Amino acid sequence: MFRITGWSLIRLFTIMIYVFMFLPIVVVIILSFDTQQFASFPMRGFTFKWYVELSQNESIIRAFKSSIMLGVLAALLSTSIAIPAAMAFVRYSFRWKNSLNTLLLAPIMVPEVVLGVSLLLFMRFLQQPKSFAMLLLGHVMLTLPYVLLIVQARMVSIQEVYEEAAKSLGAGPFHTFREVTFPLLLPAILAGMLFAFTISFDNITATLFWATAEHQTVPVRIFGMLRHSISPEINALGTVMIFFTIMIPLFAAFLIRYFGKKRI
Amino acid sequence: MKKQNWQPWALLSPSLSAILLLLVIPVLFIIVYSFWLRAPTGAVIPAFQLGNYARFFEDLFYPSILFRTIRVSLICVFLCLIMGYIPAYFFHRSTSRFRQALILLVLLPFWISFIIRTMSWINILGTTGFLNHLLLKIGIISQPLSLLYNEAAVLMGLIQFLLPFMILNIFVSLEGIDKNLLEAARSMGCNEWQAFREVTLPLSLPGVSAGCLLVFVLTAGTYLPPMILGGPGNEMIANLIFNRVIGTLDWPFGSAISVILLLLLGTIVWTYNRYLGISQIFKAFKGN
Repeated sequence: MFRITGWSLIRLFTIMIYVFMFLPIVVVIILSFDTQQFASFPMRGFTFKWYVELSQNESIIRAFKSSIMLGVLAALLSTSIAIPAAMAFVRYSFRWKNSLNTLLLAPIMVPEVVLGVSLLLFMRFLQQPKSFAMLLLGHVMLTLPYVLLIVQARMVSIQEVYEEAAKSLGAGPFHTFREVTFPLLLPAILAGMLFAFTISFDNITATLFWATAEHQTVPVRIFGMLRHSISPEINALGTVMIFFTIMIPLFAAFLIRYFGKKRI
Repeated sequence: MKKQNWQPWALLSPSLSAILLLLVIPVLFIIVYSFWLRAPTGAVIPAFQLGNYARFFEDLFYPSILFRTIRVSLICVFLCLIMGYIPAYFFHRSTSRFRQALILLVLLPFWISFIIRTMSWINILGTTGFLNHLLLKIGIISQPLSLLYNEAAVLMGLIQFLLPFMILNIFVSLEGIDKNLLEAARSMGCNEWQAFREVTLPLSLPGVSAGCLLVFVLTAGTYLPPMILGGPGNEMIANLIFNRVIGTLDWPFGSAISVILLLLLGTIVWTYNRYLGISQIFKAFKGN
């Protein structure tokens, strides 16, 4: 017999939370196949028309290109500056270490609007017009804390003895890093880069301040399209974005598992 | 290993200079900027005057947006706490084979673009949306309700965005509890509920408070949900900043409002750090 227990209520509640979290996303995907001009229930039919239209929309293709280029460059830059920082925090002791660590994580806690406004106005003050370079620098700042957290967490788990062994065998610091530390860090570096890419790719609020007309990202484009009304085309674009960004963590999990096997 | 003094600084210099140049100096700059004057022509004149702040508190219009921001953030924290604790507890106690997969699933929305998650509520709450369709079909209502462009819709969008942060923080804290304590409580005659109340709940409070802080800070600075799901009376302080800086190009005033928002959040984070320590927040991110 079915008995109502505290546990079954907890389970029911958890299921409802999942519905709450995922229903809107599922509805975006479903409505992207609707034949009507305006996304609405009930659905009238099934079509791929909106996807075809998307693939022919010049400005959206351009937005995808700038989003991908921005994400890749931001991920590369922020990872390459986060690695030495993580080494400093994990392998050395120095003054103000904890405060500096918190400072580098600060972009997580400062509201994005403030990040957006302050960088924009500062650049204006320096007489710098909005540019792709400024957008990129902004995204490096946005992604840096997350990469640092991931790389630092992995660095803590790598024992210092491996590096010391390499050094005692006569390897210099760069040689040690290349042959020992870097391969051990690789899963975290890749995970950090993928995470940074996704954050940059998805970012909207700060990007609204920094984006130039010719380098609109996909979220900025969607924001512009939403001014009119919600059409199946936006839902189709949303669906493409959802699949694009969900593939990334799956890919990251695969990489971590693959490289994880080779752990010493 | 030789620990030369200059080495950590050399390793830190790229990231430190990036944060200094892109965050610290620009934020200091808008603090200075907030004291400057904006001439009627639109030109900005360096000055030291409190006019921009005086204007904010001149009448009730701007303070009411500030109070609304605080009120919405508190409601959001409360709802996220209720809606987040129960699933976190479920994950903690579940013995299901799919536990790991379920936890990963709850983190999945992190990866989906904020704007898509926000706009997706239009499909649900709109007059021809899913919810109205469902209610009409069942026959509870005969006319579509207008569910969009109000505070409830904004809260839906906010909660859907923030709930994973809360769940993750509480879950990390629950997982850190020594299981022996629970055994001890039971062996002393506590029932399930008493054991929860006396052991699990108090020991999960660090995660709860970290989650609450994170949700509050993120809500108070939010721009998108009030913009897309809210109506004219639902704008929050971030919308005000955006409108003043991008819309009316009143940069000194926009800077002053940004400083007010920073002061509000800074006070809260500082108080939290003083009594509870900030490092708890980052635990949840590291667990990932």
